[in-house]
Amino acid sequence: MQNVLQIAWLIPFFPLLGFLINGLARKQLSKGTTGVIGSGVVFLSFVMSVWVFMQVKGGGSHDAYYFDFIKAGSINIPFEFRIDALCSLFLLIITGVGFLIHVYSTAYMHEEDSSNFARYFSYLNLFVFSMLLLVMGGNYVILFIGWEGVGLCSYLLIGYWFRNKDYTAAANKAFIMNRIGDLGFLIAIFWLISKTGSASFTEVFSSKALEHLTRSDITIITLLLFVGATGKSAQIPLYTWLPDAMAGPTPVSALIHAATMVTAGIYMIARSNVLYSLSHTTQNVVTIIGLATAILAATIALKQNDIKKVLAYSTVSQLGYMFIALGVGAYSAAVFHVMTHAFFKALLFLGAGSVIHAMSGEQDIRNMGGLSGKIRTTYFTFLIGTLAISGFPLFSGFFSKDAILLAAYEHNKIIYGIALFGAMLTAFYMFRLLLLTFSGGFRGTEEQKHHIHESPAAMTIPLVILAILSFAGGFIELPVPVREGGNKLSQFLAPVIPLHEGSAISHSTEWGLMGLSTVLVIAAALFAYAIYRKYKVTEAKGFGKLLENKWYVDELYDSIIVKPLNSLGDFFNKVFESQVVDWMVNGVGKAVNYSSRQLRLLQNGQVSVYVLLMVVSMLLIFLWQFFIRK
Amino acid sequence: MVLFLFVIMLMNLNKETETKKNRWVKVAGVLAGGCLLLVLIAALKDSDIKSKTAMVNEGNIGLIKILGKELFSTYVVPFEISSVLFLSAMVGAVVIGKKE
Amino acid sequence: MPINYYIYLSVALFIIGIVGVLTRRNAIIIFMCIELMLNAVNLLLIAFSKMHHTAATVLDPATTAGTEGQLFVFFIMVVAAAEVSVGLAIIVMMYRNVHSVDVGFLNRLKH
Repeated sequence: MQNVLQIAWLIPFFPLLGFLINGLARKQLSKGTTGVIGSGVVFLSFVMSVWVFMQVKGGGSHDAYYFDFIKAGSINIPFEFRIDALCSLFLLIITGVGFLIHVYSTAYMHEEDSSNFARYFSYLNLFVFSMLLLVMGGNYVILFIGWEGVGLCSYLLIGYWFRNKDYTAAANKAFIMNRIGDLGFLIAIFWLISKTGSASFTEVFSSKALEHLTRSDITIITLLLFVGATGKSAQIPLYTWLPDAMAGPTPVSALIHAATMVTAGIYMIARSNVLYSLSHTTQNVVTIIGLATAILAATIALKQNDIKKVLAYSTVSQLGYMFIALGVGAYSAAVFHVMTHAFFKALLFLGAGSVIHAMSGEQDIRNMGGLSGKIRTTYFTFLIGTLAISGFPLFSGFFSKDAILLAAYEHNKIIYGIALFGAMLTAFYMFRLLLLTFSGGFRGTEEQKHHIHESPAAMTIPLVILAILSFAGGFIELPVPVREGGNKLSQFLAPVIPLHEGSAISHSTEWGLMGLSTVLVIAAALFAYAIYRKYKVTEAKGFGKLLENKWYVDELYDSIIVKPLNSLGDFFNKVFESQVVDWMVNGVGKAVNYSSRQLRLLQNGQVSVYVLLMVVSMLLIFLWQFFIRK
Repeated sequence: MVLFLFVIMLMNLNKETETKKNRWVKVAGVLAGGCLLLVLIAALKDSDIKSKTAMVNEGNIGLIKILGKELFSTYVVPFEISSVLFLSAMVGAVVIGKKE
Repeated sequence: MPINYYIYLSVALFIIGIVGVLTRRNAIIIFMCIELMLNAVNLLLIAFSKMHHTAATVLDPATTAGTEGQLFVFFIMVVAAAEVSVGLAIIVMMYRNVHSVDVGFLNRLKH
């Protein structure tokens, strides 16, 4: 097996196979078989991804061309894969974390009947397939195919319990908001193809193609691509679907809305770093929106009472941080944060799932408390996840967040300040979540108390693995002052993302920044501890009420966009459809009826009438011949 | 044509009342005919055929001798065929008019 | 006389024949009008034959051009006679069945 990159197409092929088998044979398979097939194919992809990673680490990259996908006139878009450093990193994340989540799901979803169970796994496999297609794509079009595929699977999985109307509404919302972003993405692709004649990464990023693009071209293309990213990665203004997407099963939230789909936007921008580096306008826009989203979502998370919603807003906020990193040009820092975020956010979501499982379906943290003694593994892993996301030293989140903050500091001190404030908020609301869920006295019902039990091994083992990764995952990218040349991740990604040559910041400043963030985070955690140790359920008022209601953004969208569209649709239905269209269609029928009745009178069998008609026709022919055809 | 009228005269028809005819058809018929007349006359009015005259009482055209010579030399085939036609018409008329 | 006088006369006769066919209900009258139309055409043919003869006589006084018209009239008359005989036989037939010669009864084509 000299060059495994030749058969790298097997990586997306396995989940596709799993999707087909589980989907088509879902009535025949037992739950055990489904689980094995579903998880097994992802495991096979993971093994292959590791192999690919080894090859790429040695300096290999591969452009695989399969067939001509679109060939129209001068446009030629092949179906091609590009396997390089960035791609292989994402492959590992997707298949690795995906595999753990698949295993977790076999236990979490065991209450479903076997046909629905198989449906769940087929959707999950289809999702993994689409995501792999997205990251392996060699041009924007293949990327877009995967992009659409994950949007579709997100819809299918959020609305998995389709009998509940609220869930299906949430699924619709997710898909529609994604689509709005996709419009921007598509226009960007069209623009790019019309200006450079190709959508392939290798061609578009070459200097030959870049000559064709003017400055404004690049700005427009990158802005439109970013619009697509806001839809997929839940930034302002297209973020409201993500909290509602918590209607889906918890493993789905872990996989799709924490580790993989929402990071598609980051991947796309990291892949296009050549274009983004050329347009400062777009970079500023990206930074501002990322920052605004990070702070907005963090403030909302402070007052949420559903365990999954807190994590959802936390995801939106962390994605904002990644976009801040992209905006200031620290692409590898953003990718690093993607990786660590995948670990600890998946861990947190799976842990939340474990808690919900223990509480027999309860999700409101006001009814929890004191669980730390009863579900110890879940508690410890959740604690590790919380420490990681808050940025406690030595945990993975610390290194990745500090990389972002450092890049922000280099760029603009104000952005750094606000981002730092956001980090404090992060620590605060995460510890609030931890304390309300696990500490204090139990606030639930007696029956729930009776049922509290630790989750089965299929659920706890992934939690443990993810906890280990959340702790140790940060060590691959150590900042320069800690260890010279310790930034292994950036070096690995150097072929795709050019290395940031030296920084203007001295080592002592860096140490100072790291220390500052650590101190502030610990302070925020202690502050949360002080408030929430003795917690009583109170009614939220004033500013708290505003936060709890998510700044009323959903209501704003509803009144500005949804209601006018609905009334427009109503108008068209009542007025236009019933009066104009129906009138026209029925009118045609009536006209045919009438004219046929009149024509029928013509055939009355009277010979004289026939002769009359003959004479009239003769007359007309004469007229035409003599006078009109001069 | 004259024979025709003789036949009718000899058939001693009764005086029947003509059945009521649809007035509109009559009007339409007259109108159509009138229009046709107008159109034909208008079409022929401006043609340059006026210049050609047709003298009536000159030349040796109407003589039967000339006519007969043409008939039996150049057009003998249509002549014979028309006699066959007459025969068939006669036979047909008798067949149709036979009383059972 | 200029030829167009003959043409006008012939056309007028023809139109009268047509109007008669359209307007009258008695079958025999309709037949008579058909005869009238045929005779109008005969008249026209004769006139043209005379015209051609006159034009040819100018060049050569002893020609026999223009006999074609008169011969054609001959054949038309033959055909007219045949048609009359058969047509009257049909009318007799019709009278025996329907006891009327009104063409309004001939609307069997409708069914």
